[in-house]
Amino acid sequence: MKDSRFYGNGLPYKKPANFKGSLIVIEGTDHVGRSTQVEQLKPWLEVEGYGVVSTRWTRSALLYETISEAKAGNRLNATTFALLYAADFADRLENEIIPALRAGLVVLADRYMYTAWARNKLMGADPTWSRSLFGFALVPDLVLYLKIDVGSLVPRALEGKGMDYWESGMHLAYGADLFESFCNYQRRLIREFNALAKEFNFTTIDARKSPEYIQNKLRDHIGNFLRLRRGAPMQQPAILAADRVLNIAPEAGMDFKPDATSESEPVADLDLVKVQAAK
Amino acid sequence: MTGLHERHPYPGKLIVVEGIDGSGKSTQLHLMHRWLEAEGYRVFFTEWNSSDLVRRAIRRGKKKDLLTPTTFSLLHAADFADRLIYQIMPPLKGGMIVLADRYVYTAFARDVARGVDPQWVREVYSIAPRPDLALYFRVPIEASLDRILSGRQKLSYYEAGMDLHLAPEPSDSFRIFQTRVLDIYDALTLEYDLKVIDAAREIDDQQRLVRQLVLDVIRGIEPKKPYERQSLLRQRPAV
Repeated sequence: MKDSRFYGNGLPYKKPANFKGSLIVIEGTDHVGRSTQVEQLKPWLEVEGYGVVSTRWTRSALLYETISEAKAGNRLNATTFALLYAADFADRLENEIIPALRAGLVVLADRYMYTAWARNKLMGADPTWSRSLFGFALVPDLVLYLKIDVGSLVPRALEGKGMDYWESGMHLAYGADLFESFCNYQRRLIREFNALAKEFNFTTIDARKSPEYIQNKLRDHIGNFLRLRRGAPMQQPAILAADRVLNIAPEAGMDFKPDATSESEPVADLDLVKVQAAK
Repeated sequence: MTGLHERHPYPGKLIVVEGIDGSGKSTQLHLMHRWLEAEGYRVFFTEWNSSDLVRRAIRRGKKKDLLTPTTFSLLHAADFADRLIYQIMPPLKGGMIVLADRYVYTAFARDVARGVDPQWVREVYSIAPRPDLALYFRVPIEASLDRILSGRQKLSYYEAGMDLHLAPEPSDSFRIFQTRVLDIYDALTLEYDLKVIDAAREIDDQQRLVRQLVLDVIRGIEPKKPYERQSLLRQRPAV
C-alpha cells in the first residue's frame, strides 16, 4: 500500500499525517538565478499571507560541513556523493520540510532530488540506483524549472561568482580548461534537467529572460497553484506591502511587460506593474 | 554491480561476520584473522562505521540526537560505500582475503528495526558484492546484555535503540530493540544464506567451526611464499 505522496515507499516509521502546506520546488542548473529568485519569492508570499520557509541543497545541519570537506578533500566518487546528497536531503526533509508542511507552511525548496539525479548520472552512478535512494522523498506539489542554454548561462556565471571547480565538472575532466569543461558539463547537465522536466512534468520557465520576468512568471505559477489549492482567491495585497517586495533591481524592472500568454486572473505581479508605473 | 544475490567475479575472498553487540563476533573474527595471517594469507580487515568520511557527521548527529532512521541509514551507507571503494574492492580485486566486521546485513537488520522500508535499504546497498562467506553469531538477548554490561561499558544510546523511545531504561530499551534486530537477522539467514554459529558456545568451539567454514571458502587462494612472510620473531623489537 504505497503512499502516493512519496516517490517510493516513503518513511514507514512516520505516523501518517496531513500535510496542509505546499511543497514548491525551484530547479535549474548552477548560476541560473534560483537562489535569488527564491529570496524574492519569500517576502512576496509573506505579504500574500502565507507562512514560508525555504530550504537549500546541501545545507542540512547534519551534513553541510561533511559535504564541503569531502568536496575539498577530493575523495568522493559517484557512490559516496550520491549517498551524502541523499542523507543531506533526508535530514532536511524530516527536520525542516515535513514539519513545515504539517504546520501548513509553504516550503520553497531551492533544488530537489532532481538535481541529485542529474549530477549523479553525469558522475557515472547507476541511474536506477540513484533514483531508488530517494524512495523516501515527498513528491513536490509544484516543480518550477528555470530552463536556460549554455550560451546564455556562460555570461551569467562569469559576471556572477565565476566558474567553480564542481560546477565546471572538473572532477569529470570534461575539457582542457575550466571554461571548456564548464560548457561541456553544463550542457550535459541541462540536457539531464530537460529530460527530467519532461518525465516529471515540471513547469518550465524561460530563464534566458530578465530576472524580473522570471520572478513574475514564478509568482504567476505559484499564485495560481496556491489559489487552486485553497479553493479561494488570494487576498489582494496591500500597496504598501507590494512596495516592499519591489526591492528587486529597480532599473531593470522597467523592461517588464505583463506576459501576454498568461492572461489568467490577476496575480500579485499586476500590482507590481502598477507600482512601477506610479514611480 | 553484481549485487548480493550473485557471486562476485573477483579473485579475492570476502568473509563477513554479523551479530548483535555482545555476540562475540569481533572476537571470533580476530581469532580467524590471526590464524589466517599465521598461515601466510594476505588478509585485509575492515570494520563497520569506521571511515573518516562521515565519522564527524555521524558523531555529531549521535551526540545531538539529530539522526532520524533514514539519515542514520544513509550515513552508514556512505561510510560503507567509502570503505567499499577504498578498502574492500582493491584487495578483493587483488586476490586478498577481506575480513569485514559487520556488513550490509547489519543495516538490513538495524535500520529495518528502526522502521525504514526493507526494500529501500536493500536498494541502497545493492552496490555491495555478495560475500563468499557470511557468518552470523546468534546469541540470546540476555547473554549479550550480560557480556556487554559485565565487560567493558555502558550500553550505547543507538545500540540500545534509545532514539526510538521504546523504554526509559537503557537495558529495557536494548531488550526490546535488539529482540527486533534478532528476529530480522533470523529472517536474513534464510534470505541471504548466512551461516549461523551458536554464539552461546565456548569461544574455541566456535572458532574451530569458523575455521572449517573458512577453509572451504579460501581453497584456491595461494598463501604467501615463505620468503614473503614476515617472521614473527623479526617483528619483535630488538632487546
